[in-house]
Amino acid sequence: MNKSKFIERVLFLLALSSISSLVIITIFIFEEGLPLILHTGLKDFIFSTHWAPTKGFFGIGAMIVSSLLVTLGAMILGVPLGLACAIVLAEFSSLRLRRLLKPTLELLAGIPSVVYGFLGVVWLVPLIRDHLGGPGLSLLAAAVILGIMILPTVISISIDALTAVPDVYRDGSIALGATEWQTVRRVVLPAASSGIITAVILGMGRAVGETMAVIMVAGNAIKLPTSILEPVRTLTSNIALELGYAAGRHREALFATGIVLFIIIMILNFSTTLITRRR
Amino acid sequence: MAWRLHPRITQALAKTVLWAFTGLTLLILIFIIVNISVKGLPQVTWSFLSQDPTDMGRHGGIFSTIVATVYITLLAIILASPLGVGTAIYLTEYTREGWATRIIRFGAECLAGVPSIILGLFGFVLFVMKLGFGWSIISGGLTLAVMVLPIIIRTAEEAIKAVPRDYRQVCYSLGLSQWQTITRIVLPSALPGITTGIMLSVGRSLGETAVLLFTAGAALRTPTSLFDSGRTMAVHFYILAREGISMPNAYGTAAILMISILLINLIAYSLMQRLMRRFS
Repeated sequence: MNKSKFIERVLFLLALSSISSLVIITIFIFEEGLPLILHTGLKDFIFSTHWAPTKGFFGIGAMIVSSLLVTLGAMILGVPLGLACAIVLAEFSSLRLRRLLKPTLELLAGIPSVVYGFLGVVWLVPLIRDHLGGPGLSLLAAAVILGIMILPTVISISIDALTAVPDVYRDGSIALGATEWQTVRRVVLPAASSGIITAVILGMGRAVGETMAVIMVAGNAIKLPTSILEPVRTLTSNIALELGYAAGRHREALFATGIVLFIIIMILNFSTTLITRRR
Repeated sequence: MAWRLHPRITQALAKTVLWAFTGLTLLILIFIIVNISVKGLPQVTWSFLSQDPTDMGRHGGIFSTIVATVYITLLAIILASPLGVGTAIYLTEYTREGWATRIIRFGAECLAGVPSIILGLFGFVLFVMKLGFGWSIISGGLTLAVMVLPIIIRTAEEAIKAVPRDYRQVCYSLGLSQWQTITRIVLPSALPGITTGIMLSVGRSLGETAVLLFTAGAALRTPTSLFDSGRTMAVHFYILAREGISMPNAYGTAAILMISILLINLIAYSLMQRLMRRFS
């Protein structure tokens, strides 16, 4: 084998081992968690809301619902704000302002999630407790914090999608007598829709998977919430709160919780790939 | 058809709402940075940085957590960089676009989307339990390496792709082999971009908590070997805040953490900008 062939093989192996880490993660999570799902029964595991791992009850229904509700709340807050920001920066602001603000907003994606959670505890939780009632640590608090945390993701990818729309589209629309806003709403947004949907899905993935900030502000009670002011426990916080001391079946149940989370995330990943390929 | 507003009025309304939302978003984000800096920076003194925490972090500084953070981050970067850059070289220089590149790229994207708590579970079962490393610097570093790998692959790929085709053609016409071209011309030209990926990875590692809580543990002693448990700054901050041990120390740690991450990301971003400007 000559030298260049050898180098190619080595690089191929490096690339393969990078990707194999994803396979290894999948194998280990399933290997640890699947036995419990088979033992409890998939239906009981997913739909039961009775979680008492030391007594042998492993139902994560309440946490699945809580995770979905918290994510939904984060989307309701984060998507309009983020999209508005993206539209203003991509369409209505000067180039100079965009050049300044886009990187600034991207830098903010680097702020650690514990910092968001901490500010949630210090500012948001007392605010909710004093003005809206309830314990403060709540579904609402988690949704607001996550909504803020996904902003940089949503904004940055949406701006890219909007600026990728060719200027001829805008010029054509303006030339036909449409206002700037009509142009944005009827021409630019539809043209950028697949990119914007990708931004929303990636934001969703970030919200579903977030752990530390949610643990700090959500209150972590295991039950189906009946109001947004009640404390909730998400799938991620369930794993993080109990992994430290869990053993045996209990630990398996936490890995099984991880499997459910992993599948949700993979579905989101697949859908973004499908959307970008369709374009 | 019902009455309609004049398009100009609708436009004025829409613009007002959009600008208001933008203003609100910026205010929230500015508030975060200002609040942490104003309350945290006064805590940061030389002795805060150079003394070990005492009494669970109630008193003293954060020196041992800085040491643990540096060890774990260094280990993660040393492991992930060759792997990530190698993958990027393979993807850009050695293959045509096809099923192999598509699978590798899709895999990297999926890996980037895996939540840190899942990585924590993975590192816990493989490194801490199965391989018997326990809660340690090495378990934490290995797991973080997996976490930052997609960042390094993506930025390195982007940087290598930005190097113009002409550079390579000139090399080949001078009789250089493909490997010589890559190591002598392409990689040096793409270096700022590759550095960007590595710096972003450092930033990501500094702020990570969920992964390290279950792989590196939370021992407050200064780690002296790879197999010692170590508490990073982010984990320390989390424990201080969550258990209400010391608010001033929590703010101080948060300020150092946030400002160093923002600075690192800022440098990383400007490096990439410079590279892109040079070649475009």
